[in-house]
Amino acid sequence: MTPRAAFWRGYIDCAPFTLIVIPYSILFGVVARDAGLDILQTMSMSVLVIAGASQFTALALLQDQAPVFIALLAALAVNLRMAMYSAALVPHIGHARLGTRALMAYLMVDQAFAVAVKHYEDNPLMSQTNKVAYYFGCMMLICPFWYGCTLIGALLGQAIPPALSLDFAVPICFIALTAPLIRSLPHVIAAAVAALASVVFSGLPWSLGLIVAALLAMMAGAQAELFLKRRKPKDVT
Amino acid sequence: MISDTAFWALTICLGIGTFLIRFSFLGLFGGRTLPDWALLHLKYVGVAVFPALVTPLVLWPEATGGVTDPVRVIAALAAFVIGMRVSVVGAIVAGMGTLYALQFLLG
Repeated sequence: MTPRAAFWRGYIDCAPFTLIVIPYSILFGVVARDAGLDILQTMSMSVLVIAGASQFTALALLQDQAPVFIALLAALAVNLRMAMYSAALVPHIGHARLGTRALMAYLMVDQAFAVAVKHYEDNPLMSQTNKVAYYFGCMMLICPFWYGCTLIGALLGQAIPPALSLDFAVPICFIALTAPLIRSLPHVIAAAVAALASVVFSGLPWSLGLIVAALLAMMAGAQAELFLKRRKPKDVT
Repeated sequence: MISDTAFWALTICLGIGTFLIRFSFLGLFGGRTLPDWALLHLKYVGVAVFPALVTPLVLWPEATGGVTDPVRVIAALAAFVIGMRVSVVGAIVAGMGTLYALQFLLG
């Protein structure tokens, strides 16, 4: 496969998520305008940050007159999960040049991360160049939609009817991302521990419950994998 | 009303901070081989982060003021089952479709 083909493959594999990115980014544009931001401010936020959940968090806290520092910490905590994406991507695209890695970091979004890592794991023989091309294919689909539809929302500026329950598009998106990643018993265990721990630790401040739950789930998945590996030879004898 | 100073201070710092979070490991460890124990754990990042993110959103949605809404729980389960069995698009359509259908039926 040529890098060009890998790029377009990523582009197509990420296409289903435009179903979510379009309404979600329009919603951000509308909410930002409702909060009193002008179009330049709304677009600056979407372009500089490209992380929907943290943008909504920051905006809501500013509107509640929270100190800037507090709003910043809360929004950064929401994005802390992406340090884990960054680590998970190192074995696949860490070889790229520093400038390329910086660009890939700027473009890192949940949907594209999940789609890319699944593709890398399904195709272990993929060349490093193709992995980078595939990554950019994924991101090049999501990011322009994120910018463009924020702008549409900001220009429309009208409240989206609450009856559409667009808030629910977010959990649905993450469910659609999770399902294809669950491919073995350790994955099932990790996902179950994550869900359970997120409920148990939901009281922690700064969205730290998410981080704690995710770390516990990674350990559970890893331990389950090791356990199953140790048992296998015994089963044979 | 959000003041201009507050907005720009927040947005610029959030932009830089978010970039540094995203760049962290890719920036520091790019080109290096990670130890086996790290690789073992990193395989589970996706299945660890997403369910932890979703579960509270489904159980205590902000739109209902944090009150559990059976319709949303059912819609989330529908999305999950279809996602496992069929496809990503199927999961999204099934999730939002179930939500709209039940909201319509139950008024």
